[in-house]
Amino acid sequence: MARLLRIVLICGLAILGIGWFATRPEHVDASIVEAAVPDMERGETLFFAGGCAACHSAPDAEGGDKLKLAGGRKFPSPFGTFVAPNISPDPEAGIGAWTATDLANALLKGTGPRGQHYYPVLPYTSFARMSVEDVVSLHAYLATLPTDATPNQRNDVGFPFNIRRGLGIWKRLFFRDGWVVEGDLTEEQQLGRFLVEGPGHCGECHTPRNALGGLRLSAWLSGAPSPTGKGRIPDITPGGLDWSEADIAEYLKSGFTPQYDTVGGDMADVVANTSHLSVAERSAIAAYLKAVPPSGK
Amino acid sequence: MRLFVKPAVLGLAAALLAGTTLAQDMPNPAIKARQSVMALRGFELGILGAMAKGDVPYDAEVAAKAAGNLVLLSQLDLSAMWPEGTDNSAASGTRALPDIWSNFDDVAAKAGILNEAALELQAAAGTDLESMKAAMGNLGAACTACHKAYRAPAS
Repeated sequence: MARLLRIVLICGLAILGIGWFATRPEHVDASIVEAAVPDMERGETLFFAGGCAACHSAPDAEGGDKLKLAGGRKFPSPFGTFVAPNISPDPEAGIGAWTATDLANALLKGTGPRGQHYYPVLPYTSFARMSVEDVVSLHAYLATLPTDATPNQRNDVGFPFNIRRGLGIWKRLFFRDGWVVEGDLTEEQQLGRFLVEGPGHCGECHTPRNALGGLRLSAWLSGAPSPTGKGRIPDITPGGLDWSEADIAEYLKSGFTPQYDTVGGDMADVVANTSHLSVAERSAIAAYLKAVPPSGK
Repeated sequence: MRLFVKPAVLGLAAALLAGTTLAQDMPNPAIKARQSVMALRGFELGILGAMAKGDVPYDAEVAAKAAGNLVLLSQLDLSAMWPEGTDNSAASGTRALPDIWSNFDDVAAKAGILNEAALELQAAAGTDLESMKAAMGNLGAACTACHKAYRAPAS
């Protein structure tokens, strides 16, 4: 009897150990990050392509205040309400004390500086398509932004989603390397793919999710219910969007639709960022969107 | 102040509120008028946009004319088109949020920014295509700022 108990105990511990190992947060190789050289212009482009300010500026910040990444915007979801943290260069309230390696772990691995898993509300599932050089450049650019001392607020996330270790399982299921759209793409389409699938993280809202919150990549960019519960985020594949490439590029610059109405809802915050990209970058996004498999086929 | 509601308009609004069924069933002429102004702005923008997108060749004279009309359309006194009781909670056929009526100063400030952006566009549209494109971006931002704050999302 005692022997059986011992076997059960050992098996149980082994399973726990394997589980613990399988759900551990991953880290980037610090030596690769430290060897990378920042490119400030690249960092600025990625800041606007990534739309950092759209989520991390204070609620209702306008104009120059959008560069003050004080946090505080709330993001409701089926798993709870997440609050964007302060990522200004303030060493106490923000991320001023972070090394480039800390930022690389956050954006490329979804791992925080204390070794904790981040919730995928920080879209590292997309950001991971950036290179280490990209993150190092972004780190250098973020350090040039104004500091802000606003303290972080806690997320309002209930059991069992408040157990961060569980995110290790989520990442094993849904955190994938590589591009979504493969095949022969022109150089312009490849730039667009990097911007859309990587820093731009368009798929995080425009692609539907399964019950566990993983993106349904087979329905890439085909539209999804809005996480706020009101309305739908539109299909932007050629199956749902008949705008020309020039129409899309103009929309991402000035916010004008082909009917000369203006961009609405949360997309207005996106356009406030894409308007800072170059003409070539906006055209590349449009070219890529035309190369995405159309929905409904 | 531009958007000041005249007493006569208030009287009309009170009458409309008293007959709520009337207000909901009949298209309100003020709502129709202000939406018509938006349609005119959209039409002129379409002329510039077609050039910006390369759908038609850039023509400095045509562009300057359209931008000039946009300036005029941004300087109209629209105060009579925004009577009380014509927000989207009180009237149908409009996405105008009630916040407009409690933030007239901000609405007026945003209208001022729109006028500045239209003037910049007017100066740029007749010079060259690239300047015109850049100025259109600022005008779009001015339009969006007001729509984002004071217009309900399309359902």
